[in-house]
Amino acid sequence: MRRFWPMVRKEFIQMRRDRLTLGIMFGIPVVQLLMFGYAIQTDVRHIPTVVVDASRTPESRAIIQALENTGNFRIVAYADDRGTLDDAIARGRAQAGIVVPYDYARNLGRGSTASFQVIVDASDPLSSQSALAAAAGVAQVRNLELLAALAGRSTLPLDARIRPRYNPGLRSPTYIVPGLVGLILTMTMVLITAVAIVRERERGTLEQLIVTPISRTELMLGKITPYVGVGLFQMTAVLLLGRFVFDVPLVGSIGLLYAVSLLFIVASLSLGLFISTLVKTQQQAMQLSFFFMLPSILLSGFMFPREAMPVAFQWISLLIPLTHFLKILRGILLKGVGIGPIAPQILILCGFAVGLIALAVRRFHKTLD
Amino acid sequence: MTDVAVDIRDLTRRFGALTAVSHLTLRILRGEVFGLLGPNGSGKTTTIRMLCGLLEPTEGDATVAGIDVRLAPERVKTQVGYMSQRFGLYEDLTVGENLDFYGGIYGLRGAARRQRVGVVVEFLGVGGRLGQLAGQLSGGWKQRLALGCALLHQPPVLFLDEPTAGVDPAARRNFWRAIHDLARDGTTVLVTTHYMDEAERCDRLAMLSLGHLIALGTPPEVAQQVGGKTLEDAYIILQEKDEG
Repeated sequence: MRRFWPMVRKEFIQMRRDRLTLGIMFGIPVVQLLMFGYAIQTDVRHIPTVVVDASRTPESRAIIQALENTGNFRIVAYADDRGTLDDAIARGRAQAGIVVPYDYARNLGRGSTASFQVIVDASDPLSSQSALAAAAGVAQVRNLELLAALAGRSTLPLDARIRPRYNPGLRSPTYIVPGLVGLILTMTMVLITAVAIVRERERGTLEQLIVTPISRTELMLGKITPYVGVGLFQMTAVLLLGRFVFDVPLVGSIGLLYAVSLLFIVASLSLGLFISTLVKTQQQAMQLSFFFMLPSILLSGFMFPREAMPVAFQWISLLIPLTHFLKILRGILLKGVGIGPIAPQILILCGFAVGLIALAVRRFHKTLD
Repeated sequence: MTDVAVDIRDLTRRFGALTAVSHLTLRILRGEVFGLLGPNGSGKTTTIRMLCGLLEPTEGDATVAGIDVRLAPERVKTQVGYMSQRFGLYEDLTVGENLDFYGGIYGLRGAARRQRVGVVVEFLGVGGRLGQLAGQLSGGWKQRLALGCALLHQPPVLFLDEPTAGVDPAARRNFWRAIHDLARDGTTVLVTTHYMDEAERCDRLAMLSLGHLIALGTPPEVAQQVGGKTLEDAYIILQEKDEG
């Protein structure tokens, strides 16, 4: 392996001189984190709401107030009739409507069923979900209060105490930031090495390199080693920003996290190298990398829970290294688990790292044909 | 046997339906400056690539410094220096960094590497440009650097594929002086060229046409065999035949 270090040194010098790429590699974690951390919130709140209150009674105002208090509805206008409300939703000025009919208070007082209507624009299911749940919740709570009063009780017979563990506030950043470490590493590590071999081929430097006695393994390992450092830096940047800007609790062993992340970084870099041996131009290398990245983002469980996917896709997602790394990240960072519960995932990542390097070395030939 | 540096027997290379080199048989002696001459597409580059282990021969075989290129291409690579047609060094590394890198890749370390780099730097006179990026060098300096990188491991056989393309006359003369110095010290040099004045400076020549060996011998012998008064005549006759 004596030719390994000269290769590492050379890659490192070239990396340092390529200011644009370097800037992108170090800029990506920051931009992505701010983007995902601030802009992407899966718990949609404060949706603009139009109210038609035909009852105009203290009771109707109370139910409207209760809905607003959930934080899901932000009342932007009061309308006199249904038509105006429907029109506002159709035009997108509002995404929800609350209709309290004129006989609401009367029905409530008489002991018959009083009804109110909550209309939600469900063309985007994600944003309507929590509003729908909130509306149902408000009705239920009011029902229980009224029934308890009828039964002459001041307390409820049943109380479910729900404890959302590991992310008590059910905050998006807490869930997103650990996953983002994996996503950013996948995006940059794969892409960087995917162009590595073809770039030398396109610049005409590969021919001079493969006419030397350097072994394929020395060449491949030398190519990826400097980028391991870049990966660790990116990861550190995301964790620090996540901790201090987004208040993500990092509870587990940081040492264990870095050790396992090293495996994932090597696996991703090796995958990139493998791609590099499959293609003829840098452009093809990028296309193939993106072809791989999309399923990584969508199927790995980074954005959408894998449990909700059809079984076939759950199986496919097991072929994506990020799927396993996400479990490790969330396990260590949010649950603070030790090596035991994530051992299977660690072994799988080992397999990916070793297998992909071997594959890249096998695919690469030190000849021109 | 020890005096044959490159022994080519019946060497053939096909790319699909195209035969780039057809049944080439040649012997190049130790310390010889041997020229491969021929128009574009005559198989010069393909021959050199097969001899340094970059391309696998379709048929036939060859030994370079006593090593079979078909059986042990990686061992051949330790014995040859190679300059490709296109500048193959790293333009984003400095002259010194390129030399250090190739020294390291050829297995030289520490003091031995510094010593060898020093010798090569002095031989080629690139000492004043060690800190300059290779990409900023002129054609002549690039070519000298490339030769330097190919010489670091003191290879007994040197393959130069059109080394002086795009280089000014003064630099070409210096380059050839260096080639003859190396040959005098026992290095075998196989060089391809388009320039007739350079072909004249070879000890022996092989003229190739469409992958076939057309003539072999000293420059005057080759000219005669092809049927021209001078080498240039011979070359033009050949080129017209190829294109016709």
